Amino acid sequence: MEFFVQLLVNGISIGFLYGLAAMGFVMIFKSSSVLNFAHGELLAAGAFIFLTLVTWAKIPVFVAFLVTLAGSFLLGFIVERLFLRPLIGEPLIYVIMLTVGLASIFKGLMLLVWGGNLYIYPDFLPSTISLQWGNINIPPVYVVAIIIGLFFLTLFGLFFKYSSQGIYMRSVADNQTASLSLGVNVRRVFALSWAIAALVAGMSGIVLGIINGINVHDLSSVGLKVFPVVILGGLDSIGGAILGGLIIGLLETFTGGYLSPSLRDVIPYIALVFILMVKPYGLFGLVEIERV
Amino acid sequence: MNTIPLLQINNISVVYSDVIQVLKGVSLTVERGTIVSLLGSNGAGKTTTLKAISGLLKPENGRVTDGTIMFDSKTVQNSAPEDITRMGIIQVLEGRQPFKYLTIEENLRVGTATRWGKPYKRDMDMIYEYFPPLIKRRKSLAGYCSGGELQMLVIGRALLAHPKLLLLDEPSLGLAPLVVKEIFRIIRRINEEQGTTIILVEQNAAMALQIAHYGYVMENGKIVMEGKAEELRENPDVREFYLGMAASGTTKSYRNVKSYKRRKRWL
Ligand SMILES: Nc1ncnc2c1ncn2[C@@H]1O[C@H](COP(=O)(O)OP(=O)(O)OP(=O)(O)O)[C@@H](O)[C@H]1O
Ligand SMILES: [Mg+2]
Repeated sequence: MEFFVQLLVNGISIGFLYGLAAMGFVMIFKSSSVLNFAHGELLAAGAFIFLTLVTWAKIPVFVAFLVTLAGSFLLGFIVERLFLRPLIGEPLIYVIMLTVGLASIFKGLMLLVWGGNLYIYPDFLPSTISLQWGNINIPPVYVVAIIIGLFFLTLFGLFFKYSSQGIYMRSVADNQTASLSLGVNVRRVFALSWAIAALVAGMSGIVLGIINGINVHDLSSVGLKVFPVVILGGLDSIGGAILGGLIIGLLETFTGGYLSPSLRDVIPYIALVFILMVKPYGLFGLVEIERV
Repeated sequence: MNTIPLLQINNISVVYSDVIQVLKGVSLTVERGTIVSLLGSNGAGKTTTLKAISGLLKPENGRVTDGTIMFDSKTVQNSAPEDITRMGIIQVLEGRQPFKYLTIEENLRVGTATRWGKPYKRDMDMIYEYFPPLIKRRKSLAGYCSGGELQMLVIGRALLAHPKLLLLDEPSLGLAPLVVKEIFRIIRRINEEQGTTIILVEQNAAMALQIAHYGYVMENGKIVMEGKAEELRENPDVREFYLGMAASGTTKSYRNVKSYKRRKRWL
């Protein structure tokens, strides 16, 4: 029983991080129909920026966290500006190939700077935020992951529901021509979706780095995990991305805990295939509104 | 009071994808505060003319290759829609096009994009005053609203941008006669109360010529006739081909022959 609860909590917190990373991916897809194959690299970049700030520059952890988020935001913005904007209006396949290229470049650069080693952050989370409950002990990092996950989820929920920029972003995803006709700055919306996506990916990277250690290959491969997550959730649903993330996170930890750790990377894909056989648009894919 | 026309289109040609020429030397003038109606059959180039004004040709790979479009004595042809909308030209697209997954109220808020950061609460109330049916649907998704409600929504949405020139593309499309009547009544009210200058593209010539001050008739990418609305209403060709009233002594089966002759005469 303790083991089960332990796995459940681990699964939920990892799932939240997958879900948040996937949310960024979905945002880019919804606003510009681009599949971002460099998403895992953005995530890894966040983890390494944070690592450098904390271990090399010795900046206080909380400040380093905020600086990393700001840096990731900027990185997403710059990537859109330099690489994607010139391709607006070109066939989509070019843009998608571009993100594949970007992934290799980022990965190469990170390997160049940090090498392929496994790093770990210094232990900075106070043990007071761990949860003790009978025999169940939930380490601080999982508590932090859940808190951060809930915080960002609420933040973006409010942003998309109530802020003007959030509503403009949804309008572009909904009907780009109509948004243009009303003077919505579509290029700003693209830039903002990349910036926010990179920010959330960087944040997930930091926390996953605390849990699993920091390694270019491992963290970049989370970018691939985003695919079962978003396909499961429905490619165009932000809420679906979060739920998809939770499901994949739980499947992974339970497989690792009860079956075999070597199966944990396979089971999510098997589950994906079965779910898609039943629900081809994903669990929460938008129901197309046909009238109008 | 400024006396130069709000909009002057001078002999423009529009080409799609570098090869398909759709407009062949269109000129038209829109005086401040008036409603100008643009009539013509399917494929005449009405929508293309509106898109040339609003800058929305660009995403469709279209371009103004010749001539000028002057708005408020500034040249606007081939400018980006972001800039043109901020000068005060807003197009209401053909076929409504709401944001389906946004609520009515959120749809209206997108209309304030050109005035980002400015208060919009009072404007919103004004829109609900013009279009009362929208109030009770405020919180529902636009995708589930009726055609009439959506047409009100998209016009209201455009009004929130405080346009100086409003381009309406077939607002009567697919609506019941009573709803059309209501919408046209509101369009006239907007023109009179807000002083908004309007270009009204319509198939429904009878309705359009009732509220317009001036009208143009397009065919095959050219303007073939223009005049005051009341003159056009009396013109025999317009009566026959756009108002559906057969001239005395001719039967419908001669339509094609007549149409051929008519075109000859106009060229
Ligand atoms: N994006 C495009 N690429 C190529 N040709 C186009 C494009 N858009 C329109 N056309 C062509 O331009 C011509 C005029 O089209 P337009 O939409 O301006 O006509 P319209 O007068 O608005 O017709 P309707 O009353 O049917 O809306 C048509 O022959 C159409 O096929
Ligand atoms: Mg048209």
